[in-house]
This record gives sequence, C-alpha cells and structure tokens, in this order.
Amino acid sequence: MTEPRPQPLVRTSDLSKRYRVGRSPFPAQRRIVHAVEQVSLDIFPGETLGIVGESGCGKSTLGRCLVRLTEITSGVLEFEGRDITSASQRQLRPLRRQMQMVFQDPAASLNPRRRVGDLLADPFRVHEKLSRSEMMDRVEELLVRVELLPEHAQRFPHEFSGGQRQRIGIARALALKPRLIVADEPVSALDVSIQAQIINLLCDLRDEFSLTYVFIAHDLSVVRQFSSRVAVMYMGSIVETGPVDAVFSAPRHHYTAALRSAVPVPDVDNRPGQRIVLKGDPPSPFDPPSGCRFHTRCGAATSVCRNQRPVLSLVDKAHFVACHHPRAA
Amino acid sequence: MPTDAPLLVVENLCVSFRTEGGVVPAVSGVSFSIERREIVGVVGESGSGKSQTLLAILGLISSPNAVVTGSVRFLGQELLGLKRRALDAIRGRQIAMIFQDPMTALTPVHTIGDQIVEQIRAHESVSRSAARKRSVELLDAVGLPSPESAVDRYPHQLSGGMRQRAVIAMALSCNPALLIADEPTTALDVTVQAQILELIGRLRDTFGSAVILVTHDLGVVAEVADRVLVMYAGRVVEEGGKGQLFREPLHPYAWGLFGSIPPMHGPRPARLTAIPGSPPKLSQMPQGCAFGPRCTFRHEACAAQPSLGGAGGHRSACFLPRDSRQDLRRTLTGRIPA
Repeated sequence: MTEPRPQPLVRTSDLSKRYRVGRSPFPAQRRIVHAVEQVSLDIFPGETLGIVGESGCGKSTLGRCLVRLTEITSGVLEFEGRDITSASQRQLRPLRRQMQMVFQDPAASLNPRRRVGDLLADPFRVHEKLSRSEMMDRVEELLVRVELLPEHAQRFPHEFSGGQRQRIGIARALALKPRLIVADEPVSALDVSIQAQIINLLCDLRDEFSLTYVFIAHDLSVVRQFSSRVAVMYMGSIVETGPVDAVFSAPRHHYTAALRSAVPVPDVDNRPGQRIVLKGDPPSPFDPPSGCRFHTRCGAATSVCRNQRPVLSLVDKAHFVACHHPRAA
Repeated sequence: MPTDAPLLVVENLCVSFRTEGGVVPAVSGVSFSIERREIVGVVGESGSGKSQTLLAILGLISSPNAVVTGSVRFLGQELLGLKRRALDAIRGRQIAMIFQDPMTALTPVHTIGDQIVEQIRAHESVSRSAARKRSVELLDAVGLPSPESAVDRYPHQLSGGMRQRAVIAMALSCNPALLIADEPTTALDVTVQAQILELIGRLRDTFGSAVILVTHDLGVVAEVADRVLVMYAGRVVEEGGKGQLFREPLHPYAWGLFGSIPPMHGPRPARLTAIPGSPPKLSQMPQGCAFGPRCTFRHEACAAQPSLGGAGGHRSACFLPRDSRQDLRRTLTGRIPA
C-alpha cells in the first residue's frame, strides 16, 4: 500500500505464538502447536476488526497476544508505533490503561467473593490516585453507563444474570477509557435476546468513547453486524481479510465461502445458494498439512496447494486473500 | 392402531420443582403433537422449559422434588407414570435421544462399536457379530469416515463432530420412530454443524424417523424443521408451520427474537431490535402473560394468562388483535419484514 494512511494503533508483523505441549524429558515426545503463525495486521484507530474462525483456529490466542496477555514467540507487536513485543510487565503497566480485554465468560472473569463496586474500583486503585468518594462516583458512573443501577455496586457477581455480568465485564474494561478493547466472544454465552442488547451497548460505547475494537467471535452474523473489517483465520493464519461487506458477500477464499454458506439463516424465503459442505474436520494442529493448510478440505486444491504455502495478497481494495486459486469476485 | 394417529401427543404437561422457596414451575401446560416423519423445532432461550419438556416426555426427570403432571401418549400408550421396565422397552428402541454434549452419552472406557453393539443387543436378540456388522453400517450411514476402523476407536480418539455422529448412529441403531435431539449442534463448529444438520434432515428419508429438535438457534430451525414451537417461561407461546412462523410470526416474543439476530445479507441495521430486560426467574413469575414485563405492546388484557389460540395450525398465546399484528411488528422493527 503506497497511499498515506493514519498510523495504525496496533501493528503486528509476522507475529507467531507456539505452545509446547507436554513436559516429557524426551524431546521426541514434546510437541509444538503453532497457535498463531506469522500474522501481520494493522489495526487503525476507530475501526472494529472482527476475527472469525472455528474453534482452535488461534483467534483467541491472537487476541491475547495483541494485549500482551501472553508472551509472543516471534514477530513484532507495536502499539501506537512503539515496539512492545518484549516489553516487561513494568513497562507495560502504563499501556494497560490503553488496552483492555472483555472475556467470554463474565462469571469466570469476576471474583465471586468481591462486591461489584470493589471489582470496578480496581483499575482506579492501580492507575489513578483518587479519594474513596471520587472512586465510588466513578464506579457508579460506569454502572449507569452500561445500563445497570448505582446500587448494584453493593452486590456480588452471582446476584446478576449472564447479560448483566457481561455488562460488568464491559464496565471494568471501560473504566480507564482505553483506546483499544479486545473482546473475545463477548456475547456467545448469552441468549439471543440478551446478545442483541450487548451488541447495541458495545456499538454505543464505540461511538461515545471513540474506541477501537478487536472483536473475536465464531458467529459470522454477529461479526458482520458489528465490524468494519474482518479477518478470517484457519489453523493459526489469516486466510482472508478485508471490508466486512466484501468478505461476506463475495468471499475470495474457499474456506471463507464454505464458512459463510454453513451459517444457518433464519429465513425461509431468501435461502442462500448452494451450500458448500466441507468434508471432514480441521486437521490436527500438531500435524498441520503441508503447503496451504486448507488443501485437505478444499475443492479447488491442486498440486501447488499441497507444496507451496500461499501468502496474503491484494485482490481488491483493502481485500487480501491467501490462496493460489482465489474464487472469482 | 390407525396409522394416521399422531406419533406423540403431549397434553397439558406440567413440570414443577419443590424448592426451599416454594414450588417453582418449569413447564406449565404444554400441549403439542408430533406426526410420523415430521421434524419439529422447539425454540426458546435458557430457562424456557424446552429441555425439561423433553426430559419429562422420556420420564428422565428423576428428582424426588419434581412433580410431573399431564399426559404424554406415544402411539396411543400413556408414558407418564409408566414403570421403569416398561419405559425401557420404549426408550432407546422406539424413542431415542441425543444430547448437546456427545460425551454425556458415551462412556470413555469402551469403544464406539462396543457401545453400539450393547445398545442393539439390549433391545434385540441378535448375535454379537451381527450387531457389530450393523454398527459398521450405521457408522457408515451417518457419514463417519472409514467406519470399519472407527468402530474400534474410543470416544476420545474422535473429534466432536465425529462423536456426535457416533451418538446419532447409536440412537438410530433400533430404527426409532422418534428421535429427540437436545441442542445437537450447539457445541459444534458451523462447518461441522452443517454436516450434522444435513444428516438429521436425511434421517427421515432413510430411517423414517420423526425428530424433535430443541435449539436456541432459529437458523437451525429454518434449516431442517417442518413445524416450530416457540417456548417462553415454561409455556408454548407460538406454534406454526415453518413458513408461517418465519414469514409472519404472531407473538411479540418471536418478533423480538427475529429482531435480535443480525442479518447475514442485505443492509446492516444501525441497531438490533433487542428485547429489553431478561427472562423472568421461574421463582418470581409475573402475573398474567410472562412476557408482559418485556413487551412493548403490553395492555390491560395482559394481566390475565393468554391461551394458545388461532386458526390454520398457526397459533399464538397473545391478546393483541390478530389482524393488526403485522402492522405492530413493523412499528417495532422499523424494517418491513420480507
């Protein structure tokens, strides 16, 4: 890309995360999982990047790498132009207020023995010197902003429904007015009607606080509703990325097309066209296929796909695909 | 036995639990019937009573504090209150069930094949080798790759999608007339879900089974069901053919559900029409219509409990005048339903 663009808020270059599985003293029995492989991404201020993929594709690991909740094995991670790939926890601390995370299971991310007001005051204790009453004011403000009541500060997490607990998780992420929020499956544990409330809330907050979101989800319709740009992951790598409408209405990668057509649509009149039913399951991450990771399930695979790994290349405006034989636009 | 009689008739089924805080109703007056070879989707959110309804049909509610009343007739035979032994002759043989998590139905210490063989031999007197041969055929029929070797595998050696196929094969082993599936694809990825849904749709043709499919996903229902029941707070609030229910839903709760799902094509709405509030706690059920506190169109009549009514097989439990429902729905969504 040659045209001048604003500085990305987050930039990753060839970011990889490998896990060693098993602690055997025999090297042959130690296995390595490439959870995230050579991901290069720019995330611009104000955009919402949706990351989609099936379980085990590395989308959550990527999300955790982006806010340095997990160590990065190789590659570079920059935040506002600063290399933070191997920054120490102490160096990261001032940046923590700029980048926050919302988790899938709000029950597991809220300490059950502490009152909600106390939980929400934590960020202020760590990052700001406030008097007790100032702190309580800020907590109540937060609760109201996520459409809960000020008196909820006195209650414990278990006294709330799932949707309300997710609101508390969001309030906590919002407390220090971060620039970036990484939300990992924030609505997938919720009932449909509650899901819609939370998506609406996240949208309102984006406009109000000019937030940049990384929104990780397996539900394509939720990602389509909420994101401006989308990255599709398969076995640790991004296989397609581009503006959400382009990627979902005219996917260029065969995996995206299959994923897109597999989504059951709650509509009996506008049925999507011929469904592409993929054969089999994703291969084992311990033993990834050679060449293009998707070639074992792909209808368009040829010998080049088995031998050579495709790289992300531009196919349309801001639309990249990693495929030797991309679908026609 | 007349063959045109419904396969399953559930009448005024109620399930309640005695708790410290008093009697909590989980299912209240649910009535429906299932025809032979029919696929019926039951949709509802958590706590709507959909799973308890199924468990009650199968006599699987074992809590000593549970009270189950009403009537469940399968091929004319009353199932409620039937002795364990009599039930066992029906369950697994004529009515089979699959659950959300296939590991709950599989024991980790036996191979898939042994478990299917046991299931077959529990209901039919066939030799072990004949049962094994049938197991391989079944695994093949549900699309498990290389069934001859899969039959000797343990559940942990299979992926989630393959386990669910193995469980479906087990459920089909005795050619059940009715298959009850409780969120069978919820734990699976969408590409695998598509495979399983295709399989469930095929069951009717290959095995002649009727299916009750419980799910929270309206998309899944649109995919496979012929008829749909929508449950809310322990009651059926709407019932209709798939086309009727998806084109012109009658109950404001169904409107809210449809509005809550982001569309996969066409323009993206600025906001989703979410349903405000959350479902009532079963221990604090509101007076009258349980959906009233979350309903935009609540009026005086809603202080009473609406009953399921309507013509043409499309019924709903709502006091709003039927003629004006679609206009009201439009005011809610701001979108003109297709």
